[in-house]
Amino acid sequence: MHEWALAEAIVDYITKVSSGKKRFKRVTVKLGELQSIDEEILRFSINEILKADGIHVKELRFEKVPAIFRCRNCGYEWSLKDMEMDEEIKELIHFVPEAVHTYFKCPKCGSRDFEIVGGRGVYVVEVIPE
Amino acid sequence: MSKAIFMPKEKDFRLAVIDRRLAGINEIYPIMSSKGGVGKTLISAVLALILRDRGYKVGLLDLDITNPSAHTALGVSIKELPEEEKGVKPLIADGIKFMSVAFYTQDKPLPLRGWEIDNVIRELLAITIWGDLDYLIIDTPPGLSDEALDAISYFRSPKPLVVATPSPLAINSVRRLLQLLNDLNGLKVLGIVENMANEPSKRVRELAEAFSIKYLGNVPLDPTIDEVIGDTSKLRNTLLYVALKGIAEKNLGPNP
Ligand SMILES: Nc1ncnc2c1ncn2[C@@H]1O[C@H](COP(=O)(O)OP(=O)(O)OP(=O)(O)O)[C@@H](O)[C@H]1O
Ligand SMILES: [Mg+2]
Ligand SMILES: [Zn+2]
Repeated sequence: MHEWALAEAIVDYITKVSSGKKRFKRVTVKLGELQSIDEEILRFSINEILKADGIHVKELRFEKVPAIFRCRNCGYEWSLKDMEMDEEIKELIHFVPEAVHTYFKCPKCGSRDFEIVGGRGVYVVEVIPE
Repeated sequence: MSKAIFMPKEKDFRLAVIDRRLAGINEIYPIMSSKGGVGKTLISAVLALILRDRGYKVGLLDLDITNPSAHTALGVSIKELPEEEKGVKPLIADGIKFMSVAFYTQDKPLPLRGWEIDNVIRELLAITIWGDLDYLIIDTPPGLSDEALDAISYFRSPKPLVVATPSPLAINSVRRLLQLLNDLNGLKVLGIVENMANEPSKRVRELAEAFSIKYLGNVPLDPTIDEVIGDTSKLRNTLLYVALKGIAEKNLGPNP
């Protein structure tokens, strides 16, 4: 997902779950590694939107969740660093993470039938008002 | 099942963004048929073209995630990615705003399970900035599984246009789709288009009647169509374009 779209989603979510509070001590967001989110751009985008909405967040924390894949055929598990990914493909996967199924197979048995067991998606795990 | 690794629908914060992304769209027409190969993709592309030619702001979204082909029908190159600007701006082809997963798979196979397909649909809907549209036409996959019905579940009051052919095999299949659509509370089906039929058939008209939906019209078999697919100026001179135009003028837009 694109950083700005993500930032909008995150701020929407914060507003919704906090029933309109304007000041927060901390917000923690988990970022799936597969999304290859640019943290700087995301931080900037979130801050811009927060500012426009008159919301203050003291600490905006990001936690990276490593991408892990598991083969449904042979059970082998591997991570993103085991995969060679050029910049072009990285960008395609950044927008649509499932596209990883287009460009990769199980490194052990060659099956295309694998699942993303971690590191896909973005989650707001903590919203602490002041 | 591995469904648990994803957020349940109500907690997935992409959904809030999706509503916002679709807020500027007036009418949403998913082109549906449980039967494969009846002309959904071609009708989606040509209908988008017709509405655009009548001066409307039109979007075309391909939600046949594992087998996208609307770009081929419309002759859109997927080599270049849609532009980014606080999201992704659909590519503009012949004045139509176009979006497809094919940009991200480069037409290579994308083998996915049902819930993964749903995830891709959410992702596409969350990133795409449509802006203001009079019409969004959606090409959908065949079948009656989740993926076919998920394709309409994210839209506020979509009005499916159902495609059938005179074949008893198609009718039997489309009847099941109409039964499912009938069960979705408050959904208004725009009507049935009978494709590859030189005149309206009794069978399809009776089917429409049985579900109290409109028989919108027939589109004749056009033997030259495969020669002009992907060439929008030639597509405009086909029997298909002319027939669909008549149907659109009668049934869609402000003065149906
Ligand atoms: N009116 C028509 N006259 C002649 N050929 C047609 C007509 N409509 C569709 N076709 C042809 O039928 C084939 C299937 O069309 P299309 O791909 O649009 O169907 P579809 O319903 O989208 O298929 P799928 O279920 O696989 O997505 C194509 O080769 C197309 O050119
Ligand atoms: Mg199709
Ligand atoms: Zn394997």
